[in-house]
Amino acid sequence: MKLSLRVNGRDVTGDVEGRTLLVDFLRNDLRLTGTHVGCDTSQCGACTVHVDGKLVKSCTMFAVEADGAEVATIEGAAAPDGTLSVIQQAFQDHHGLQCGYCTPGMVMTAASLLRENPKPTEHEVRQYLEGNICRCTGYHNIVKAIMAASGQEMPAMAAE
Amino acid sequence: MYAFEIERPTTLDAAKAAIAAGGQALSGGQTLIPTLKARLAMPETLVSLHGIADLKGIGTDGAGRICVKGATVHKTVADETAERFPALSYLASRIGDPAVRNRGTIGGSLANNDPSACYPAVALATGATICTDRRDIAADDYFQGMFTTALDEGEIVTEVKFPVPQAAAYEKFIQPASRFPLVAVFVARFADGVRVAITGASESGVFRWTAAEEALTATFSPDAVAGLQVDPDGMIGDLHGTKEYRAHLCNIMTKRAVQHAS
Ligand code: FES
Ligand code: FES
Repeated sequence: MKLSLRVNGRDVTGDVEGRTLLVDFLRNDLRLTGTHVGCDTSQCGACTVHVDGKLVKSCTMFAVEADGAEVATIEGAAAPDGTLSVIQQAFQDHHGLQCGYCTPGMVMTAASLLRENPKPTEHEVRQYLEGNICRCTGYHNIVKAIMAASGQEMPAMAAE
Repeated sequence: MYAFEIERPTTLDAAKAAIAAGGQALSGGQTLIPTLKARLAMPETLVSLHGIADLKGIGTDGAGRICVKGATVHKTVADETAERFPALSYLASRIGDPAVRNRGTIGGSLANNDPSACYPAVALATGATICTDRRDIAADDYFQGMFTTALDEGEIVTEVKFPVPQAAAYEKFIQPASRFPLVAVFVARFADGVRVAITGASESGVFRWTAAEEALTATFSPDAVAGLQVDPDGMIGDLHGTKEYRAHLCNIMTKRAVQHAS
């Protein structure tokens, strides 16, 4: 089945099977391998991307359903010259990643949160991350990074 | 995954034709896609309802009911019913996680009727009407057991009409790994009585706790259900909780819902 869509601002076309998941189209056909598959069962959020501005798990959506859509992945987060986005920079500054496997999904989820709610509370950040699992369990620094990216001073964290 | 075709109709009539020809309806896919991956279902053709504009949106009918079209995603319900029916908005805002709420739909949830899904609780507690491409079904007739509904083969949920209670609340005790309720209770108080629907607990899926309804209709206070017990027989017992534990939670979550009903 043919599809055409915009990915990170670039027009792309593809020819996929009905069963092709969006994540497989991104990774295998477009070679955008920043979007990860952590579970393939809709739990971990490593595959999270934006479709028409909405956060979705790309392992739980068929590629053909993104026909005509605007898709944003982690590859589009930094500026073309490599300057990191505010959220990416905050993850680096606050050591918001260990192995980095969950990070693309975390960054895309954080971007969606801050668009909906530019000044979230720590609780709101944690709640919004409920569908993103970090196998390295570095949640404190992920939350800190997102709070910092929102331009808020980090008060002492509840669980510290 | 095994191979199948996907059709993407833009009208309900085209979707009905494709389903009549043997296709399986695909709504948000948040349950169906994992099911296909596990090969628990193996249809040859999926018919995506996502492109049908007539199946999306929220309105109000002449009787003041909130009418949610079948392919409306949870996020839209959460955003657009916050003022008119806060308990419904809250329920929708706590299903799954943010990404799931952007895809999962009310019609998909009700058609699947997972014994731990959230939407069956509000539909049954408010006495909602489930409208399909063929008929209107009262919630009391619609839910017929775990993953079982009154829907016929290929019947599509097109709209759900919720009477708005005077006061209501949804309280869910979450199972943190799956994010489904271990037990959740929707309490709805209407002028002519109180309805209590419980999801997550029973082997027969969502059910009305009629003893609590009678007690709460007489006195709408958490204490009214203090002495009542759901029979553990027939409750789900698994590694997350015994039958007795779930029966106990039915009582606790009902009390909390009454306490928070507004
Ligand atoms: S890979 Fe999609 S949620 Fe884990
Ligand atoms: S940094 Fe390793 S999984 Fe999150």
